Amino acid sequence: MNPVNYLYLSALLFTIGAAGVLVRRNAIIVFMCVELMLNACNLAFVTFSRIHGNLDGQIIAFFTMVVAAAEVVVGLAIILMIFRVRHSASVDDANLMKL
Amino acid sequence: MNVLAATTSTSTGEAVQFWVLGTIALVGALCTVMMKKAVHSALSLAGTMIILAVFYLSQGAYFLGIVQIVVYTGAIMMLFLFVLMLVGVTSADSLKETLKGQRWLAATCGLGFGILLIAGIGNASIDSYAGLGKANADGNVEALAALIFNRYVWAFELTGALLITAAVGAMVLTHRERITKPETQRELSQRRVREGKQVTPLPAPGVYARHNANDIPALLPDGSIAEVSVNKTLRARGQMRDVSNEPMSNVAELEGQAESWLGRVTPKRVVRQPEENGSPESESEGAAK
Repeated sequence: MNPVNYLYLSALLFTIGAAGVLVRRNAIIVFMCVELMLNACNLAFVTFSRIHGNLDGQIIAFFTMVVAAAEVVVGLAIILMIFRVRHSASVDDANLMKL
Repeated sequence: MNVLAATTSTSTGEAVQFWVLGTIALVGALCTVMMKKAVHSALSLAGTMIILAVFYLSQGAYFLGIVQIVVYTGAIMMLFLFVLMLVGVTSADSLKETLKGQRWLAATCGLGFGILLIAGIGNASIDSYAGLGKANADGNVEALAALIFNRYVWAFELTGALLITAAVGAMVLTHRERITKPETQRELSQRRVREGKQVTPLPAPGVYARHNANDIPALLPDGSIAEVSVNKTLRARGQMRDVSNEPMSNVAELEGQAESWLGRVTPKRVVRQPEENGSPESESEGAAK
């Protein structure tokens, strides 16, 4: 088996995540699909690192994880705040910029 | 750099692992998108992430594999579950589409995008790979540390600043300023007496000796249910289980037995609980037994 198969898997996971972001309306599930896309990118980075024989890909994946953690913290705080005001986590209900 | 020690194929064990776990990862990803309840989505996503961690480990990214389990499945997914519990688990996402044809359009877009990506990768014709044997020679963590603290040290510092900003931002966003002074216990009791609606503590949920679950309302002396005995959140969700029918029928049966015992009607069946025959009417609050 060639490691390129990992790239195919990562492409599939990314596609599924992107379709989920387009289809779902619960903000938390949309967020989870974004996480899935980030994870797919990480898998591609790790595989590239192995194909090229240097560790820069793993460094990038590491930074992606850090940024994802920061993103999740802020994003979930925003979802929680919208839920407090609107009593709903659906992205359809948040149709105003102000709360 | 990548001309050295180029190999063309991985071990059979890794291939088997890839095909088995890769299938499960794909199923987990699909479940994440398609499950109706958000908790199920979160659990499928956690499974997919653990499988990705196994892939990292088998590809020589030992540090990232462990970080994936600790940070992603351990911290981030638990944060997701935490927020899900706060927002309300039972709020199932309605899968009815509001925009007409959105689902098909999204599926088409996704399919096209996937075909584009996979065709692009297929065109690249990578038939040999370098492997991480040389890069990981002194240990994966040491090699990563050498890169992070030399070439990428500026980016590393910036991510530190980003994390601190994110933590402060989350605290600012979720902080709620208290506008009024919180009521003390004395003020609460005075208000209860002044309003005169419910001076005593609220009745406890559950029916005597049969059901003591929190979602089962207590019964009033006349057999109707006391709604205030059930938690407000459960009431709002409509998760109140009314079991008053069963005790009420039991009471009716007991009363019938008492009548027959007193000789007003001919006895039809044997009395089941002889110790309760004395005064069945006084049992009506406890109802069942």
